[in-house]
Amino acid sequence: MTAPHNADDARTLRRHIADAVVEGTERLRDRGALSRRGFLHLLGVGAVAPILAACNAQGTPGMRRWLKAVGKQNERLERWLLVQSDAVDRVPAGLRTAGRAFPSYFVSAQMPRWDSSTAGPWSLVVDGAVRRPLRLGLPDLMRLATRTQRVQHYCVEGWNAAVDFQGVPLATLLRMAEPTRDAAYVDFASFDSGYHESWDLESVMHPQTLVVLGKDGAPLSPAYGAPARVHSPIKLGYKNTKYLTRITLMPEPNGGYWSDKGYEWFGGT
Amino acid sequence: MAASGLRIFNAYPAFAPKGLPAFAWWPWEGTPAPVWLTLGGWLGGARHWHFAMMWVLVLNALVYLVHLYHRGRWRTLVPRVNAWRDAIEMARYYLYLRRDHPVQGKHNALQQVAYTSMLLCGAVLVLSGLAIWKPVTLGWLTRLLGGYALARWWHFSAMLALGLLIVVHVVMVLSVDPYALRAMTTGKYDAERWSPEARNARPFSRWFPRKVT
Repeated sequence: MTAPHNADDARTLRRHIADAVVEGTERLRDRGALSRRGFLHLLGVGAVAPILAACNAQGTPGMRRWLKAVGKQNERLERWLLVQSDAVDRVPAGLRTAGRAFPSYFVSAQMPRWDSSTAGPWSLVVDGAVRRPLRLGLPDLMRLATRTQRVQHYCVEGWNAAVDFQGVPLATLLRMAEPTRDAAYVDFASFDSGYHESWDLESVMHPQTLVVLGKDGAPLSPAYGAPARVHSPIKLGYKNTKYLTRITLMPEPNGGYWSDKGYEWFGGT
Repeated sequence: MAASGLRIFNAYPAFAPKGLPAFAWWPWEGTPAPVWLTLGGWLGGARHWHFAMMWVLVLNALVYLVHLYHRGRWRTLVPRVNAWRDAIEMARYYLYLRRDHPVQGKHNALQQVAYTSMLLCGAVLVLSGLAIWKPVTLGWLTRLLGGYALARWWHFSAMLALGLLIVVHVVMVLSVDPYALRAMTTGKYDAERWSPEARNARPFSRWFPRKVT
């Protein structure tokens, strides 16, 4: 998703702007002292040039530091809003689900499949800052899968898709594991080439946050993260780890696959 | 805001949710905006710009609105109930269908309609922006705008409308009263020297003044 840079275009544009600035200042020098009009002219060029030069670029290092600092404040506001609002995703009655049009996606070169013959039977581990670490096989999880929900999936790219998911509420699993006092963040790890994402505890405890085992009434297929994936409408798509293997409770967040590449760590909806 | 927003739009340059037919209110589903109009370099970078600069926009709007209310300036800006009659007369003057310039206050009815529309576009932009930033946390707002996909459409349409109004506005400034460019940037307005009617002219007529014989 690191966009194909149109580097040549941007470079040409920047060279044009630099030429214009140089030409302008030379003309001013030839005329002698800076007149009021000349000063205003220069001010105008000085204000517009960086904006134009930034076209299709990420910004200067100083600017990016500022953007990051504002992002940190946004995150505080977002977490406060989430706690205040009792947010629940409600889809309109009779809304059609995306079905097979629901996009499939993974980061490995090939679709990850759990191979029981070499890796043994799949199981989900809950560990870290918990009093009772868990190791649950697929049949154990099936027994706990009490919730079926039709929710929206919100992708960072801007599309959304309605989907029916069946699974185990994360709150159920966490209550079984008994988190310790210093558990404030949760990491979801996978067997998809090290893909993982860490979450705030409030979002994990959200009633619509599930360990999903089934989609549209059928067991989850490898294309959609089999045997189990995390899903919640409260987080953007990239936060929802597929091909789930391990849930680790932690006192501090440990980033994530896309969070480390530059998307917001919080990624809430 | 618009440039980084276009970069975000280009990540999914359509409005229809997955698995549903193409959006009826947008004929160019799937057509991205030209790259040279965008800011941020990639989707994540554009999002950082958008979610930081939105506070600059909101703070600027707050200062402006407080000023507008406190000084009573909104009276010169908001059109009266029957302003559409005056707006038609003003349009007739611009189109050479009427000889004399209609009497006006600081702004004529066409200007009032345009400037108030700009403020309304701004309000729609902020509200629909919140609705697509937090479609679950602020779910009531998203539902009010007709759901997530429609809220994105409102956000995009209001941006297009505001962009169009700004372009028309600047073209009119340059073609009717280029002197106003200075007033726009510095805020100085010499009301005693020129009456609004005297300042106003048909587009481009000032560029080619008639010879005095």
